[in-house]
Amino acid sequence: MAVRRIELMLCTGTGCVAGGAFRIKETLEKEIQKQGLDKEVSVIITGCNGFCGQGPLMVVQPDNIFYGFLNEEDIPFLVQEHLLKGRPVKKLMFTPSEKKEPVPLLSEIPFFKKQMLVALRNKGIIDPEKIDDYIARDGYTALEKILSSMTPDDVIDEIIRSGLRGRGGGGFPTGTKWKICRTEQKTPKYIICNCDEGDPGAYMDRSVFESDPHTVIEGMIIGAYAIGVSHGYIYARTEYPLAIKRMQLALTQAREYGLLGENILGSGFNFDMEIREGSGAFVCGEETSLIHSIEGKGPEPRQRPPFPAQSGIWDCPTVINNVETWANVPVIINRGADWFSKIGTETSKGTKIFSLVGKINNTGLIEVPMGITLREVVYDIGGGIPDNKKFKAVQTGGPSGGCIPHSMIDVPIDYESLTKAGSMMGSGGMIVMDEDTCMVDVAKFFIQFTNDESCGKCTTCRDGSDALLEVLTNITNGNGKEEDLEFLEEAGNAIKDASMCGLGTTLPNPVLSTLKYFRDEYEAHIKERRCPALVCKNLIKYYILPEKCTGCKLCLKNCPPGAIKGELKHIHIIDQSKCTKCGTCLDVCPPKVSAIIKVSGKETENITGIEEPYPVKKKEK
Amino acid sequence: MAPLTLDELRKKRKEARKEIYLREGEYKSKIIVHMGTCGIAAGAREIVSAFLGEIENLTEKNVMLTASGCAGLCSMEPMATVELLNSPSVKYGNLTTDKAKRIFKEHIIGGNIVTEYAIGIGSEKGG
Ligand SMILES: Cc1cc2nc3c(=O)[nH]c(=O)nc-3n(C[C@H](O)[C@H](O)[C@H](O)COP(=O)(O)O)c2cc1C
Ligand code: SF4
Ligand code: SF4
Ligand code: SF4
Ligand code: FES
Repeated sequence: MAVRRIELMLCTGTGCVAGGAFRIKETLEKEIQKQGLDKEVSVIITGCNGFCGQGPLMVVQPDNIFYGFLNEEDIPFLVQEHLLKGRPVKKLMFTPSEKKEPVPLLSEIPFFKKQMLVALRNKGIIDPEKIDDYIARDGYTALEKILSSMTPDDVIDEIIRSGLRGRGGGGFPTGTKWKICRTEQKTPKYIICNCDEGDPGAYMDRSVFESDPHTVIEGMIIGAYAIGVSHGYIYARTEYPLAIKRMQLALTQAREYGLLGENILGSGFNFDMEIREGSGAFVCGEETSLIHSIEGKGPEPRQRPPFPAQSGIWDCPTVINNVETWANVPVIINRGADWFSKIGTETSKGTKIFSLVGKINNTGLIEVPMGITLREVVYDIGGGIPDNKKFKAVQTGGPSGGCIPHSMIDVPIDYESLTKAGSMMGSGGMIVMDEDTCMVDVAKFFIQFTNDESCGKCTTCRDGSDALLEVLTNITNGNGKEEDLEFLEEAGNAIKDASMCGLGTTLPNPVLSTLKYFRDEYEAHIKERRCPALVCKNLIKYYILPEKCTGCKLCLKNCPPGAIKGELKHIHIIDQSKCTKCGTCLDVCPPKVSAIIKVSGKETENITGIEEPYPVKKKEK
Repeated sequence: MAPLTLDELRKKRKEARKEIYLREGEYKSKIIVHMGTCGIAAGAREIVSAFLGEIENLTEKNVMLTASGCAGLCSMEPMATVELLNSPSVKYGNLTTDKAKRIFKEHIIGGNIVTEYAIGIGSEKGG
């Protein structure tokens, strides 16, 4: 390809594709052609840029200018102004909430500033469908290095010394796992890349596949060399078609280049791998269950030990690592264990990718050094809570993680601190909650999920989660009893102790952590029949304040079940016996008037809605 | 394609680096061509092509070529500003493709300002 003056790094991660990234690509190319710029400007597709909340988006290089919320209509103007005339377009730039001026440069946008890219070092810079792009960014130099100057034991030592721990949830030291497998007598041995990613809302692993598949492949080849493996598996969920397509393409290209297959780079070392698609149940991501699935058996976990590193696929020693774990390996080999172990805390080295979602201004995918505080993530990178609401808690660790309250916002993010706080690192989901979130309802939501996903093998996990769910449902419905809290604690701890796999041993976390930090909310539900966050439908009522209502009829027209009585210039009344608590009226009542409120507990007692509407004038003295 | 040897992979990397230089943001020099309506009318686009052609011939692509709006000196268009790392920027006016090529060789590569075409030195600094 001839040189260009400008490259448009257009995100084609799943999020931006859903927003129309490929249509935008077509329009861009058409306009570039029309302006006669096709010899000067090219459009490069990249994987997820990370700032998904702003998608579809692109970065103009070499200017480093970030454009978000792209829309086909804006493209002709953008091409003419910026690409032809060199005048960047302000209205497509990112403007932080409560600021007026946009921030043109990607490198100056707070969302990106505190990040540190190791596993995602190539995101947004390379075209994931071109192996040469990866190679240009020092891709496969780590492989060159080990094949020409390191023994398998050297590689394992380097990984051990780096302090790398598994990014899939458990946090087991990666090098140690490799060593255990290497010293096993039995052959053949296998390696697996776990891209099941069953946490709802999390997409770290999908993004690595979509933005830089070769870093995973290179990491796995290095692992195979170190452990003594000639065949590997990539296990990915079927719901990730784009990720699988890009990985498949990357494998084909790597094979063509002789980076996979027989006699890799003339070294005499042989290794290849294949993709297996999984059904996508949450428990499939558990390592023994995943191994069963590769063997063609039902995806049910089994008792450990023996651990897969001793006895895995077809009872052969098998190392299973998470996508992000593999993606870190080439960098550690290239830059050295000393470099890597300087990042992070005493026990947690390197960086971690999180998907930042929920009640937060900047949603997206971030990679941060271990040890960064929750405060920095929520306020500096995340840009704080929308609409000036109060931050209440952050849930980390996926559906069986815990909720960490505002009072612990200065906790550093590392494996031990999160566990101590009653949560866990997990695979990197991070859900931010504001004051309008009911913590009992949150606990119920997660138990509902794990209860659905339990494979049912252990009674504690299966029946225990049923019992938790029933009690939580009673509490949110206003039928809670005082002794419920004690029961939740006891049952939670019993499930933790007696379940076989990680799903059962962690599923009570959302309940136990909210009980610990938000006990008052549980008590309000039980003792006062009050939901402090005004969420639980059975405990709230919608009410029209007579002194504010102007009688505009808007709410009446929009109420789905027709529960509102009124006529023009009359105080409207909600018939509580008909109200389904859908919240529509609250949304449509004009903000200047704001006549509709939610109430809970004692305040609901005298609200029945049996009165009839009466003229507004009477109230105005 | 036949599998690569170590040396062939290294050669490939060297070639591949030339393709992605725009994205890595390490430049020794920067050329800004003024692309206001007047600049384009006066032939700024040919100047861009001429500079691009020169960059194409470089083995190490550390020159950034960008555009900017009108410089307010319409009678001198087409114009370009050249910035070398750690030295004041130089504005050139009344460019032709031949002049552009000479500026590229002598100033960008050689580090010597082509004074006969220069219309201002350091006038964009501090802004
Ligand atoms: C219910 C359950 C679901 C899991 N899901 C995943 C998953 O989606 N991806 C993953 O890498 N690990 C998952 N794990 C952890 C794996 O069992 C295993 O520890 C991990 O893949 C090992 O890789 P690592 O050491 O690189 O983290 C899950 C564990 C449990 C108990
Ligand atoms: S803990 Fe739950 S998911 Fe795990 S094996 Fe037992 S029943 Fe199945
Ligand atoms: S909450 Fe829904 S059902 Fe109830 S009054 Fe308002 S609009 Fe009607
Ligand atoms: S929308 Fe608000 S102001 Fe209008 S009738 Fe309903 S409650 Fe009254
Ligand atoms: S998918 Fe485009 S930024 Fe994440």
